[in-house]
This record gives sequence, structure tokens and C-alpha cells, in this order.
Amino acid sequence: MILHERDLLAEIPPLRRYARALTGDPNRADDLVQDTLERALGKWRLWRPGNLRGWLMTMMHNQFVNDVRRPSPIEYRDEDTLPESSVRDTLANGLALRDLDRALDALPPDQREVLLLVGLEDLSYQEVAAITGTPVGTVMSRLSRARTRLRAALDGDEMQASHLKRVK
Amino acid sequence: MASPPISEDDLHAWTDGRLEAERRAEVEAWLAAHPDKAQTLNHWRELNAALHSAYDPVAEEAIPARLREAVRRPRRSLAMAAAVGWIAFGSLLGIATGYQLGRHPDDAPTQLVRNAAIAHAVFSPEQRHAVEVGADQEQHLVAWLSKRLGRTLHIPALDRHGYQLMGGRLLSADAGPSAQFMYENDAGERLTLYVSVDPDRRDDTAFRFAEHDDIGTFYWIDGGLAYALSGRMSRQALLPAATDVYRQLLR
Repeated sequence: MILHERDLLAEIPPLRRYARALTGDPNRADDLVQDTLERALGKWRLWRPGNLRGWLMTMMHNQFVNDVRRPSPIEYRDEDTLPESSVRDTLANGLALRDLDRALDALPPDQREVLLLVGLEDLSYQEVAAITGTPVGTVMSRLSRARTRLRAALDGDEMQASHLKRVK
Repeated sequence: MASPPISEDDLHAWTDGRLEAERRAEVEAWLAAHPDKAQTLNHWRELNAALHSAYDPVAEEAIPARLREAVRRPRRSLAMAAAVGWIAFGSLLGIATGYQLGRHPDDAPTQLVRNAAIAHAVFSPEQRHAVEVGADQEQHLVAWLSKRLGRTLHIPALDRHGYQLMGGRLLSADAGPSAQFMYENDAGERLTLYVSVDPDRRDDTAFRFAEHDDIGTFYWIDGGLAYALSGRMSRQALLPAATDVYRQLLR
């Protein structure tokens, strides 16, 4: 089965979004996406028509796991030359992006992945289980721990100050 | 009541909108009696919303050229890996035998082609740091690299072939400093001109072609300077620009 360039192109925006939240850094995110695409193209013979997004997310998971095991390389980047990010600095609810980045960074990588695949990528628990190669039960316990930790980390931040709607 | 008790999993599934209508109603009835849990779930929902408002704009950005390139030309990564591996191997080989090899007169063009091809493979995929000094400072670029190579350099123009000068950089080669000038066309294809001083001041050589890892290189020595024009393209595709560079640089 042939992987079409246009199909791959269509998947790049969500891959970048997920990678940006996962790594907390625009350059590392695009490095991760690039490595993922190259990994996918290297394994295109294993591709079966169906869920391309899930297949690529699985590749990205594997790449990410490899990357976090390896000590990260020293990066020399000139702050002045970094590209403008379209990500807003302050979110609608007053929570600063850097606070969110920092709180996510403080999560263990496996919990961060699950939280983002569920909360940002809107994938089902079964899909997340398939991508991360873990049982659904493990997905649920990681999700639970991630939400508890993140709430604790963000306590005291602006999020707390935002008005809380009462669930009826 | 036949329904199982409300579990932690139900609360997450409610947060993520993954419950059937019936179960959702049961969870909401339960939440009405447990306001502290309701508040927690409200936080969880706000967190999902915060993730979307923080990171969704990334998905609206234009796809960076290097990622479009990764999809378009899957073999580039392999060639890059080969080039990098080659540098490592070459260094080891150089330590072991380089001295003698370097002295062998016939070896200079091989070294030249090798250095030029590696420099092309390493720097031409760069999006943000392709050159050290941009074409907007062309005079400075020429003066700087001429000074470092100890020779007056000229930068050929390739506009008529559709390639604009991007700029250049200083490189170190076996024989000392070398220069690389980079050009790009509208399709994002890049050519690099590698210039180094021929330490042995050999006689001028003819205009020749070599290919390594999909990188084609035309090379020649003229007036004590060794030149190599490289591109990830066939001999035929590279020939017109190379011929033009050769003519423009002829003493």
C-alpha cells in the first residue's frame, strides 16, 4: 500500500500540535514530527489502509519514548532568532501558556502523553491504549494521576482565580 | 438499581464526553449530590479547554518547509545519515592513514568532492541556519571569506538559472579554511559552491563530474583555488549552472 504525500501532509498539523504540547518547545516539537515522518516513511511497507492518524501517533509515541530515554542534546539557540510562535501567551481563562508548558513538563512523560491524547487530541481511551501499547486500565490510571497532579501544579495559578461554573 | 456505582473511570469519561446518554444522566445525578467532585470535574473540563486554546493555534500554522520536505523526499534522511556516518568514518580513517593519503597528488580531487558533498549534505537542509552571512551583506561576505582564504574570491551569479544567492559560510577542511556559498531556487532546491585553497598549487584541472549519495558535484582547480558545485540532482540537471559558474570564475 502506498502512503500518499497529500495524506501525510494532512496529518502534519495535528502531529505538530500534539508534539508542541508534548515537548514544550517549538523546535523540539518539529524535530519530533520530522523524526516521526521519517520513521513512518521508513516503515511504509507496514502501513495498512485505515487509521493513518493512529498509525502516525503510534510512530510518534515510539519516537518520543526513544527520545526521552536518551539524554537530550545540548541545544544552542539564539533567543532573538527563534521564530514567532502563533501560540497565545495568555489564554482566555488567564492561565499563562508558560505555566501550562511548565506544569505539563513536570508530569512523567507517560502521563503527559495520555493526558494530551485524550484532552487535546480527543482520542478515545481505546485509541490511546493502542497508540501507547498499554491496556485501557493503565490509560485510565495515568489519566487520573495526570489530572490530579496537573490540578495541584496549577493551583495558585490564574486558573484557580477563574470563575468556576457549578455543575448542575 | 441495576446500574453499577459511579466509578472514577465514569468521571473521566463524563469529562471527556465519552458516556452514553443514560450513564451520563446517572453521573450527573450523582454529581448533584457530590458538589466537591463536581468542582473537580469542572477543573478537568477547564483543563481540556485550556489545552485546546493553548495548542490548537499550532495546527493552524503553515507547515514548515522542512516537514513538507520530509514527506516529499524520504531518501534525504538516509543520505544525511550516510554523510554524517561518513564524516565519522572519515575522521577515523584520516587519523589512521590520512597523512599519506593527503600527500598523494591524485587524491586532491577526491578529497575536494568528498568535502564539498559532505558540506552540501550537512548544510543545504538547514532552514534557519543555512548560511552564516546572508546575501544582503554580500560585500561583507566576499571580504570576510577572501580574507580567511587569503585569496580574492568572486561569487558567481546564478540568477539566469533561477538560483538566488542565499549567502555563505566558513568551513574548515583538511587544508585549512574553505568557503561555501549557497543558492536556492523558487522550488527550494539548493546548490552549493565550495571553494578551498589548493595547498600544493597544482596545475589547473579540467572540469569534471562526480556523484556521491545522490549529490552531484562538478569540480575543477583553477589558479590555485579548488571549486566544487554540488546539488542533489543529476549530472544533466546540474550541468548548465556548473558550466556558467566555471566560466564566470575563469581567471
